[in-house]
Amino acid sequence: MQRRQFLHTALHTSAAAALSLPGVQLHAATGPTTGAPRFLMVFLRGGMDAASLLPPVSSSFYYEVRPDIAIAKPDADLTSALPLTADWGLHPALRDTLYPLYQQGELAFVPYSGTDNLSRSHFETQDSIELGQQNHSSTAYGSGFLNRLATQLQGRPAVTSPAPMAFTDQLPIALQGELRVPNTSLRNLSKPSVDTRQSRIIAAMYQGTALEGTVQSGFAVREQVMREMSAEMDAASRGAITAKGFELEARRIARLMREQYALGFVDVGGWDTHVAQGGATGYLANRLDELGQGLAAFSQEMGSAWRNTVVVVMSEFGRTFRQNGNRGTDHGHGSVMWVLGGAVRGKQVVGEQVQMSAATLFQNRDYAVLNEYRSVLGGIFKRQWGLSDSQLSNVFPGFKGARDWGLV
Amino acid sequence: MRSDTRLLRFAPLWGLCVALLFLSGCAPLPSGGVADGPAPTAQARYEWLNRITWGANTSTARVVEQQGSARWLQQQLQPQGASLPESAQATVSAMTISQTGLTDLVATMEKQRKDADALRDDVAKKAAQQAYQQELNRLAREAATRHVLRALYSPAQVQEQMTWFWLNHFNVHLSKHNLRAMLGDYEDSALRPHALGRFRDLLGAVSYHPAMLRYLDNDQNAAGRINENFARELMELHTLGVDGGYTQKDVQELARVLTGLGVNMNSSNPNLRKELNRLYVRKGIFEFNPQRHDTGPKALLGQAITGEGLAEIEQALDLLTRHPATARFVSRKLATFWLSDTPPQALVDRMAATWRATDGQIARVLETLFTAPEFTNARPTKFKDPMRYVLSSVRLAYDDKAVLNVGPVLNWINRMGQPLYGRQTPDGYPLVASAWDSTGQLTTRFEIAKAIGSGSAGLFKTDGPQATEKAAFPQLANALYYQAIQNGLSSATRAALDQANSPQEWNTFLLAAPESMRR
Repeated sequence: MQRRQFLHTALHTSAAAALSLPGVQLHAATGPTTGAPRFLMVFLRGGMDAASLLPPVSSSFYYEVRPDIAIAKPDADLTSALPLTADWGLHPALRDTLYPLYQQGELAFVPYSGTDNLSRSHFETQDSIELGQQNHSSTAYGSGFLNRLATQLQGRPAVTSPAPMAFTDQLPIALQGELRVPNTSLRNLSKPSVDTRQSRIIAAMYQGTALEGTVQSGFAVREQVMREMSAEMDAASRGAITAKGFELEARRIARLMREQYALGFVDVGGWDTHVAQGGATGYLANRLDELGQGLAAFSQEMGSAWRNTVVVVMSEFGRTFRQNGNRGTDHGHGSVMWVLGGAVRGKQVVGEQVQMSAATLFQNRDYAVLNEYRSVLGGIFKRQWGLSDSQLSNVFPGFKGARDWGLV
Repeated sequence: MRSDTRLLRFAPLWGLCVALLFLSGCAPLPSGGVADGPAPTAQARYEWLNRITWGANTSTARVVEQQGSARWLQQQLQPQGASLPESAQATVSAMTISQTGLTDLVATMEKQRKDADALRDDVAKKAAQQAYQQELNRLAREAATRHVLRALYSPAQVQEQMTWFWLNHFNVHLSKHNLRAMLGDYEDSALRPHALGRFRDLLGAVSYHPAMLRYLDNDQNAAGRINENFARELMELHTLGVDGGYTQKDVQELARVLTGLGVNMNSSNPNLRKELNRLYVRKGIFEFNPQRHDTGPKALLGQAITGEGLAEIEQALDLLTRHPATARFVSRKLATFWLSDTPPQALVDRMAATWRATDGQIARVLETLFTAPEFTNARPTKFKDPMRYVLSSVRLAYDDKAVLNVGPVLNWINRMGQPLYGRQTPDGYPLVASAWDSTGQLTTRFEIAKAIGSGSAGLFKTDGPQATEKAAFPQLANALYYQAIQNGLSSATRAALDQANSPQEWNTFLLAAPESMRR
């Protein structure tokens, strides 16, 4: 028996024995098989600059209005854009992480995407996206589209009924709603102070109460998280370099999604670049590098489950197409969705597009939204889980017209 | 009884003395007048007190015993000059938000922002902008610290809870614009003074406060450039409720009524056409600008708006306050906050009747609630939200020994997702259990139970370069708490307490028990 496997089994057994919680099946027993679809949403809070991630390299207008921060056309120079299509390049900070995935056909982009919310307010737009409802239709806070998706998928065979999980401190709006969804941030894990014996005693106090199941599954989730993390500690104790920042978090998420949770949500902040955002290098480039490393690490850590995985990365809005007086950009409108995974038909830049010029700017400042985010996500959900139109309309109330771009 | 021997083994002596003082009298709390107190058992009194304060503790119980519950309750409903313990008051008095008024504070912050923006050098500019953000954060932290100190130690416990309730009802969020510089004033000038007064006064103070006007974008609402945000939430969330019988047309009409109501952070007034000067109103950074106001005829909820300028808005607020839907909506929300996720309809109806009879006197509506048999005879079923769980635990554990550092308290409520001023959406935090009793929430809560039960958890550690930590011991295992509630503890909880290996663990189990989650 290999050491890691032994550790896994030993911890599993001791946790099960120590907790001995009636009615709670430990998650490893019920987790998805590697063939089950998995979906992770990575939400970039702060409004990521689409024109830096995916420079429209065929647009002379782009180079005119971003004299200090544009990414150069693809060239031998390492600071120039990586070639994707005739019209689009990729930020060079992603050369070693995501560009290989693109070339392997596991990464696609949907530019001109976003929401019709025009407030240009971070929180209002984030919320409206997570709520996934028609704007101004109602103010039904507290029911997010991923929760409704999980609800739609309830009761399917275990292999396609995905256990949802928010890898965040607080349950994000996207996963709030009817279904009880666990949440645990994996950013800063520390050993729980309530030990196994105490957990057992506390759980016993809740026997026969309405919270019995919640308390038991809370402890079980915690045990599960700590067990998965033991591999990481094991590696560290043998002198391996521990991943940092988002890469570490992404690896942890992958371990849990590989074993147990097939529908996940995580957010990454730091994209509000009003000032000195930089070009091929600088602040934004560093953020993209960190994100790219995390996503690449996630793809590796998923192992064979990567084949059935779709990751969508999106932000509440893009930024102004012209740089501002501070070599940064202000709140814009259209953005870009990244779609990656072993299940993805990548190496393409899809969706409705127009040639980027002064004439095609939205309100003379932003990328237009030609591909509504619900349309793109709906198309993916249809493919991943075979949702019918009526099931999709429960996920995105009032929205018709999910468009299948053949991304999966 | 086994539990009692364990109790005696762990009970600190002075805790016992205080407890005996409260229990030895054991006479039923005097009741009478309108404000009937709880049923005369120690357990019932504990539960009543736990429901009516941020959390029962020995010193409050002693005051209630001395004054009688009826008189104590009347004082809660008409608080006068509640004072904080000396050390807590000193902390509050030293705060920037205590020493600088809203207008000056905003002016200072605006200057700092503009100076930073004017820098040419990117690196220097970024540093200056970060300094500006940090100062805003510090001001928000001051407001949160003050709020927590008052919640923990103010004798005016009902007023403090109502301040939190209205802060939540009239929610604003700290990340918008420079709102962090306004939070302290919003709480202290718009909410707390009116928390138990007339709803109409409260609504007026909130609706004219720059924090609300900026949060809901009414500073952008002008004739010909209508922004409906505030108008919609004013009806949906602040007064009538979503089913309150208004239409989309009413939202649009109210938005027109509200045009011109906004914020002016410049030192100078706008240049107005001469005939409009008499309608211009400015108080600090609050401004009603008649030049931005839609002067056309308007009708709201079937009634013509007949005033002129700001008088139109006054008329609209009167209309909304007196609408029967408002009495029903706010009464139900109050009963949900204080008593139950599903309050009895008959009780809500009686509260709404009091509302209408008193023209929205909040204290009288609460009196109807607090003296109702549905309230005094209720068992503890209301699930504590994070704020209440943390405050009630700290109040119980340390009683009136004022903590020196509320940082841990703020971190705990942040960890559980209910930070002060941290709700982004205007609906405020949910008041019902389903928002707060998820798996992750409960495991976090048990960790916090252990932190509070095991020692001082940093609560008595001073800030600064020469930080010192005073010794402090949680006083959970005192006879008051235990004897008062022991009949309410399940056999499973008692069995768990019996398994404790140390006083710290006994405290942890007690704070983690199902009985500690509800009030």
